[in-house]
Amino acid sequence: MTSDMIASLYVFVLAGFIGFEVIRRVSPLLHTPLMSLTNALDAIAVVGAIVIAGQQRGALGTVLGTLAIVASMSNAVGGFLITDRMLRMFKKREPKKP
Amino acid sequence: MTEQLIQLVYIVAAALFILSLRWLSAPSTARRGVLAGEAGMLLAIAATLFNHQIVAYHWIFIAFAVGAAIGVPLGLVQMTAVPQRTALSHAFGAFAVTLVGTAEFYLDTPDISRFMMLALTMEVILGGLTFTGSLMAAGKLQEVLPQRPITYKGQNVVNLSLLGVAVAVGAYLIFHPGSSYLFPIIILIPLVFGVLMVIPIGGADMPTVISLLNSYAGLSAAMMGFVLDNKLLIVAGALDGSSGFILSVIMCRAMNRSFTNVLFGAFGQVQPPQARTEERITRSASAEDAASILDSAGSVIIVPGYGMAVAQAQHRVRELYDVLTKRGVNVRFAIHPVAGRMPGHMNVLLAEADIPYDKLLDMEEANPEFPQTDVALVIGANDVTNPAARTDRGSPIYGMPILEVDKARTVMVIKRSLSPGFAGVDNDLYYLDKTLMLFGDAKAFVGSIMRELSHGHGA
Repeated sequence: MTSDMIASLYVFVLAGFIGFEVIRRVSPLLHTPLMSLTNALDAIAVVGAIVIAGQQRGALGTVLGTLAIVASMSNAVGGFLITDRMLRMFKKREPKKP
Repeated sequence: MTEQLIQLVYIVAAALFILSLRWLSAPSTARRGVLAGEAGMLLAIAATLFNHQIVAYHWIFIAFAVGAAIGVPLGLVQMTAVPQRTALSHAFGAFAVTLVGTAEFYLDTPDISRFMMLALTMEVILGGLTFTGSLMAAGKLQEVLPQRPITYKGQNVVNLSLLGVAVAVGAYLIFHPGSSYLFPIIILIPLVFGVLMVIPIGGADMPTVISLLNSYAGLSAAMMGFVLDNKLLIVAGALDGSSGFILSVIMCRAMNRSFTNVLFGAFGQVQPPQARTEERITRSASAEDAASILDSAGSVIIVPGYGMAVAQAQHRVRELYDVLTKRGVNVRFAIHPVAGRMPGHMNVLLAEADIPYDKLLDMEEANPEFPQTDVALVIGANDVTNPAARTDRGSPIYGMPILEVDKARTVMVIKRSLSPGFAGVDNDLYYLDKTLMLFGDAKAFVGSIMRELSHGHGA
């Protein structure tokens, strides 16, 4: 194992702990938006797909990379959109009746 | 842009992602959290476009456009359809990860170090089973596939040996990364395994399954980060993975079951009805009786279950909330963690119906309130209110945390019939002296209570 891989493992373990501590505090009220937001963040896989699709090292890479961009981009756009739609509905006070 | 600069932007994006989840902890800051997430995503994508390995951009931008065009309608689905949308997006995420992993393998074989190959194997195995497993879950939630668990003899043995073969082939590839003819095996088997894994899981377990698949999707993305040596991906994947894991644990606890039990137990099978010697007696009441009891109550806690959402009764329930609140009744809602089809789903449905979120109590907040509550009104919830979970050691749901509605002074249950819920057991709540059964469709019955309240019973 090179030091690069060790560094990656560090990042993974520490990020896991941060995730655990941060997410533990999310109220059950917001668990559905939480899942749709983490889904949207997970779409960051698009950065890997972009490099694969753009480096032009054969048709296989281009096709698979392009499809992967489509899939993750739709997750990013749809995920942020629906999370915000849900959060806008959570209101504290009764809206005034017309 | 130099490689270092791209990496610096990635660090900023990673920090924004963590802040995004941090801000999501409270409704007042939650929308800022979405903005932070979007900013991080945009920065990371923009920086990536400057990567010097990229020589052609046309497919990238076409894919951006197509992806966005698919994403917008997926962001505009109805709130009742959010669980299947979420399952579908787990599938998309896992699909992307599997494709990138496959491309990486064929581009780099046989020059892949053991560590990379280990990560790559885990990436495609987790990605593949999450892809088909999530599609199956989405199909079950959308009810295009049967909701009930499908089981056969030796199912667990078949599934686990299948997965075992994939893991063994993966292990061989770690030491012989040049054996590219074996690679399709570790893609195809997980794809089949994902289907087989979700087939025996019933509708009631969907909240746990979705959370678990969420966790797998995150882990596979983190593995992709290892393969590409991309720390931002590792961070995002670890955040998603731990989020899904925490939610699965919460869901399992709320149903008093273990992971293994959810995955291999085929819960929710129709059990043979227990032969009851004595005829059990219930008291039923009309909408008029219900209206006058609610009108004279000082405090009411409404317990909504998925049945309420199925009957699309949440807007009617909101009107009832309005009328009673206007008359000075303290109306609140008690929400069990597994009410709905995914974690937190019921809160979203009630928020959509304009019920203020400070009136929504979770289980820990609600249970101490029931003894001081005049009326508990159960709408479409069943197993999560069954006092047998506290008292009857022989019951299949014994030990499951429940909403203790039986401690309220009067209990009213709107239900079509006395049929059992997902767990297949009779609910002792219905036979208590203080319980009034209101037989009928949730939406129609709440509507008739409303009519009775507006006639005559002026406060």
